[in-house]
Amino acid sequence: MSTVEDTKTGARSARRGEKKPQISDRTRGERKLGWKLAGPAFLVMILVTFYPIAYALYLSLFNYRLTDPAARKFVWFQNYITSLSDPLFWKATGITALITIITLIVELVFGMAIAMVMNKIVLPRKTLRTIVLIPYSIITVVSAFSWLYAFKFDTGFVNHWLHFLSFGAFDPTYNWFGGTWSSLTIICLSEIWKTTPFMSLLLLAGLAQVDQSMEEAAKVDGASWWQTQVKVVFPSMKAAIMVAVVFRALDAFRIYDNPYVMTGGANNTDTLSMLVGRETVTRAEIGMGSALAVLLFIFVLIIAGVLVRGFKVDLTGDKN
Amino acid sequence: MDTNVTNKTKWGLAGISIPIMLWTLIPILWILATSLKSTTALADQGANVFGNFWPKNISWENYSLIFTGGAKDLFVPALWHSVVVCLAATVISVVLATFCAYAIARLEFPGKKAILLTALTVSFFPVIAMVTPLFNLWRILGLFDTLPGLIIPYITLTLPLSIWILTAFFQQIPWEMEQAAQVDGASSWEAFVKVVAPLALPGVFTTAIIAFFVAWNDFVFSSNLTAARAQTVPAALNSFTGASQFTQPTGAICAAAVVVTIPVVILVLVFQRRIVAGLTSGAVKG
Repeated sequence: MSTVEDTKTGARSARRGEKKPQISDRTRGERKLGWKLAGPAFLVMILVTFYPIAYALYLSLFNYRLTDPAARKFVWFQNYITSLSDPLFWKATGITALITIITLIVELVFGMAIAMVMNKIVLPRKTLRTIVLIPYSIITVVSAFSWLYAFKFDTGFVNHWLHFLSFGAFDPTYNWFGGTWSSLTIICLSEIWKTTPFMSLLLLAGLAQVDQSMEEAAKVDGASWWQTQVKVVFPSMKAAIMVAVVFRALDAFRIYDNPYVMTGGANNTDTLSMLVGRETVTRAEIGMGSALAVLLFIFVLIIAGVLVRGFKVDLTGDKN
Repeated sequence: MDTNVTNKTKWGLAGISIPIMLWTLIPILWILATSLKSTTALADQGANVFGNFWPKNISWENYSLIFTGGAKDLFVPALWHSVVVCLAATVISVVLATFCAYAIARLEFPGKKAILLTALTVSFFPVIAMVTPLFNLWRILGLFDTLPGLIIPYITLTLPLSIWILTAFFQQIPWEMEQAAQVDGASSWEAFVKVVAPLALPGVFTTAIIAFFVAWNDFVFSSNLTAARAQTVPAALNSFTGASQFTQPTGAICAAAVVVTIPVVILVLVFQRRIVAGLTSGAVKG
């Protein structure tokens, strides 16, 4: 094992050291194999996504309405300036950020708790693991409809149940979709219900990789359950937590289906993706829509950068 | 790992799992209940029990509507397309991503950070903004409204995610054990199959499930890059209409949702065994 470590550090110093341009055959072989294995995936990714992204960036600099292609005009960054100075854009950004933060925090706590139960549970083990996964397999549009029908006072059951559980204090004709906050509550609930399984599945896989002997050693040393989690378990599964949080945050920030189905953006529940969708699909303002998409993209990149930095996990394995 | 759990913890955890299962299952049961309601029961609360939850009389009219009735030509082919397209995209993505993630986690080569960064960047681009460029390109290439024309965009959805998840998994595998096995006389292949693969499998299967769900869920690509011959279920659901223009297709949507959910639940059950097997072998390492 030590020889392996030596070769690895050797390769690394060879890569870094300017004074030693010569690399060993072994390193060269490893590099070749690395690209042979990673190359196809990289190539597919570039081929399929590079063109659409580049074209969208290009379109964002035009005043271009699909229904009127003759009037297409290069306008530089006019679309960006228009969006950024529009209060509607900032309102949608605020709502999107709010939904992201609330769902992310709740899902991380719930997801971790569920993952821990799933990890240690003995009795209805398979049943629990299967049941927990189901919401994630349900199409978002469908789950959005289900929550919409459930909370509507005419077709739903939730008002009846709340009325019963509160001994008649809850008004059974309460309209959840009549106000901003109640609508946002249902949007968040539905989002949490739908995507917590994603979190717990990733976290469970991370938990299963945690070294049991280290946990036991901590227990023997007299650490409490909570101390063991914070000092041993969480740090060992940092990479899994980061991937779960990053992907969930980015997905949440692009939320579209749930508010689209439930409120259609009424009562100030417009999200950024809905703005993009409305511009490109409904209004056929391709230029403006692309500019909004690029802005959304930039926000997402900033979030990703902050999160990845914050977690200080390096997936390439250079543990210096 | 089951043996060191005390009896009290065992029953405590079983107790905690009940609210988790209820929270998960009630909306599912609700979709099922709604799909079993007749048009009259959907409009009349008196025809249902448990606070408008479950219909007094179960009706199959929504299911006959989607399988033999007016929505048949829309729903049945769409279901088939969904299965083919999502399975193809998942297999391609996971195979490519497994090689890629293995290389990134295990080998030293320049550019691996660039690959991860590209994957991340690509997966962050708002899907809806890719539709217009792809639509134009697909029409030129003749891929519009074909199954490959959907498989390719679905790879863009699933491949970057798969690369990241798998790299994180592979990162946690103690690769020294592979070397140790080789020192003990195993060939590279034996060491890989006996030591690394069992540790990597739960990650691969978990990734496959997530990739499949992501593809299964897509609405934007399917509704914009297909017309009729390659439409998948989410886009088809959107074209559902009620019996008249004034009735909402609530029941039909829920019936279709139930049907669409069944294959996925079966899939989860099939993969479940692998995941559990993989997770337990992962837990006894070290």
